[in-house]
Amino acid sequence: MTRKLILWLPFALIALLFLAFFAGLMRPDDHVIASQMVGKPLPEFVAGPAMPGQPGAATADFSDGKPRLLNVFASWCVPCVQEIPMLLRLRAKGAEIDGIAIHDSSAELEKFLAANGNPYTRIGLDEGGKAQMAFGSAGVPETFVVDGTGKILYQHIGVVTEEDMPKLLAMLGVKP
Amino acid sequence: MIAEAGLAALWLAAAMALFQLALGALALGRGRQSLGSAMVPVTLVQAALVSIAMACLIAVFARSDMSVLLVASSSNPAMPMLYKVAGSWGNHEGSMLLWVTILGIAGATIALFESKLRADTKLATLAAQGAIALGFYAFLLFSSNPFARLTDMVEPQGLNPLLQDPGLAFHPPTLYAGYVGMSAAFSFAVGALVTRNVGSDFAGAMRPWILGAWIFLTVGITAGSYWAYYTLGWGGWWFWDPVENASLMPWLAATALLHSVTVLATRDGLRAWTVMLAVLAFSMSMVGTFLVRSGILTSVHSFAVDPRRGIFILALLAIYIGGALALFAARIGTVTEGNRFDMVSREAALVVNNLILTVILVVVMAGTLYPLILEATTGAKISVGAPYFNSVAGPLALILLVLLAAGPLLRWRADLPKLVVERMAPALFAGAAALLLLAIFGGRIGVLPLLGLVVAALVAVASLAPLWKRNLKRTPLFTYGMVLAHLGCAVSIAGMACDAAFTRENMVSMAANDTREVGPFAVTLLGVRERPGPNYQALEAVLSVSRNGGAPFPMMPQLHQFSDPQMTTNEAAIDTFIDGQLYLTLGEDSDGTHFLLRMWWKPFITLIWIGGALIAAGGGLSLLGRVRRDVWNNRWPWQKAGGRKADPAPEGAA
Repeated sequence: MTRKLILWLPFALIALLFLAFFAGLMRPDDHVIASQMVGKPLPEFVAGPAMPGQPGAATADFSDGKPRLLNVFASWCVPCVQEIPMLLRLRAKGAEIDGIAIHDSSAELEKFLAANGNPYTRIGLDEGGKAQMAFGSAGVPETFVVDGTGKILYQHIGVVTEEDMPKLLAMLGVKP
Repeated sequence: MIAEAGLAALWLAAAMALFQLALGALALGRGRQSLGSAMVPVTLVQAALVSIAMACLIAVFARSDMSVLLVASSSNPAMPMLYKVAGSWGNHEGSMLLWVTILGIAGATIALFESKLRADTKLATLAAQGAIALGFYAFLLFSSNPFARLTDMVEPQGLNPLLQDPGLAFHPPTLYAGYVGMSAAFSFAVGALVTRNVGSDFAGAMRPWILGAWIFLTVGITAGSYWAYYTLGWGGWWFWDPVENASLMPWLAATALLHSVTVLATRDGLRAWTVMLAVLAFSMSMVGTFLVRSGILTSVHSFAVDPRRGIFILALLAIYIGGALALFAARIGTVTEGNRFDMVSREAALVVNNLILTVILVVVMAGTLYPLILEATTGAKISVGAPYFNSVAGPLALILLVLLAAGPLLRWRADLPKLVVERMAPALFAGAAALLLLAIFGGRIGVLPLLGLVVAALVAVASLAPLWKRNLKRTPLFTYGMVLAHLGCAVSIAGMACDAAFTRENMVSMAANDTREVGPFAVTLLGVRERPGPNYQALEAVLSVSRNGGAPFPMMPQLHQFSDPQMTTNEAAIDTFIDGQLYLTLGEDSDGTHFLLRMWWKPFITLIWIGGALIAAGGGLSLLGRVRRDVWNNRWPWQKAGGRKADPAPEGAA
């Protein structure tokens, strides 16, 4: 009897597989990927100072009661140049922005910030990209909204544009 | 007119496939033996008709007949002839027609040349081929008619720039030949189950088809890997992408089947398992095609397809695979157990080989399907990356390779462990020597690459050992094939391990006249210029490269900006040296004066694909040896009156 059941096992397995395929076909792909990080506390990280005279960033800095933005960027990233004016405007409206520079060097960063402006309160240097991995961030630029208790409210993938401004400001509790 | 002729031929071919199935059912199920004699002619007519349909499709593409919907939507009169012809199978409908055409020709080949098999088993095999073909004809005629005429205006689509490559003209036919070969093996297995004839004659008949299919799959995977390497500009040769896994899974099953069928053909052992693997290998080919074609898995390669077609293919698969597995479960109990063997014997080594290959297959399948299952159950979207596959499948592959070194040195049925170790001595010595050399000169290497190199040395020596002290002139061709294929495994693994252990990478932003280093090379950026291409705008970096301060030579990586469809592709500059490849890609400019360059020095990476080519060549030698021996043993069997009719040998008598 057992042997008989074992012989039907491949049939049962393939039937299960096809059921899963059928379910997959019935649910067409919407190509929307929701962030896995929203609602979770900011992962532990420490990124040392990148620029002389400006502090580095660490998890502890994000639970002082004030919501802030965490911008993942790099001096070698072309779209990041485009994004800086937006970040400067956000800062002018009262938003606090901390930056993490990925695979970067102080010398290159200095040139980048001198040319484009510096919207950041703190800049941490993430040489090996470890902090970026911890955030679940796959590229540059990305921007996280972190509430005053260290919890991630929102993950924005790609350049922050004009249309994103009201949403970001609302989440930061800043009047536009 | 040509299109209508093609469609008519397709309908008639479908009728012939139905006829095949009916003949088989009547002859075997109702005892109408005399009907069986019509099977061979009907199979041949089916093959001729479907070939005519395919020829008609190629003709409408070659003539750029824009009144045919498929031509209008996927071809362009200005393309060179090669791409026009290849365009006929470069789309969904045409590729399905190519699939059944190869299937039909395979059926005709079995009908004409297969003479070792018992007559009723051959009849059932051809009926099974007819049943498979019938499903695909239904799919073509009812939901993917390649000959449909144009009724509305369609927007012609440019071919994806990544696919505008001559290699792509031959890629689908290669893979389809592999899949169809697996379908022949599947039909043989079904035929053997239906007629309760699972023995060495069935294994001998099935073996050349498995070998042929396996060679095509090996070539397809090796070429696909090199294509991804030079065209994507990421410097990697395998990404564990669902589409790559879809091609790897049937290969793993086919490799296992290739080895188990040897046990069945030579020693009449592993009967049930071989039948199971034949079903599994075909299932994996079909599931792979389904995963790629239905758009069910999100992948860089997948394209959107009508979900109704997905349901149609899924229903077909459920009938074929479900039917075969149900037949297996119901019938295999009546198949008597084959010959037994000792724990230390070549059969036992091949059983372990099969188990490890199957476990690797399950590992790859689990990683590929896990995101799908998770999304269906919890709605979460994830992707499974290389770290999972490398860390789970890597060690298993290394164990498999050690076994590969020992297997061919074992005797059939029973062997003495002491003698095995003696025969393995040179190989073990080579492995130890490699370990010693790497410890002294290798620098810091990861554990897996280190083991990979040691095992490669061991396998390289062991793979040649079966030729040791043998009369090389009298050694059969298929033994040379095995030696070459196993050597290819060692070469390929050595390449993979070298890539993992010794690759040097440098990602830099450079201005004109800057010099940066990667490995033993100094790379100087002389300048960047714009070059117009036929349908793209290229940015080209002119680099001067020198190795260890030697004479400089130019290398020119490009960045192509396509406008329709909008897409940027990397055209890497790759220079091949005797000891590796220098791989340079150009990225976007950051400020007009600085350019992003990624540079890799990849020692001995070409061994990966050379190894793949050796494996395929070994398969080719082996196939040639088998076929030559078969032809030699019964010369031109179809000229003998009637061939061998019903062989009275009772089942399991071998």
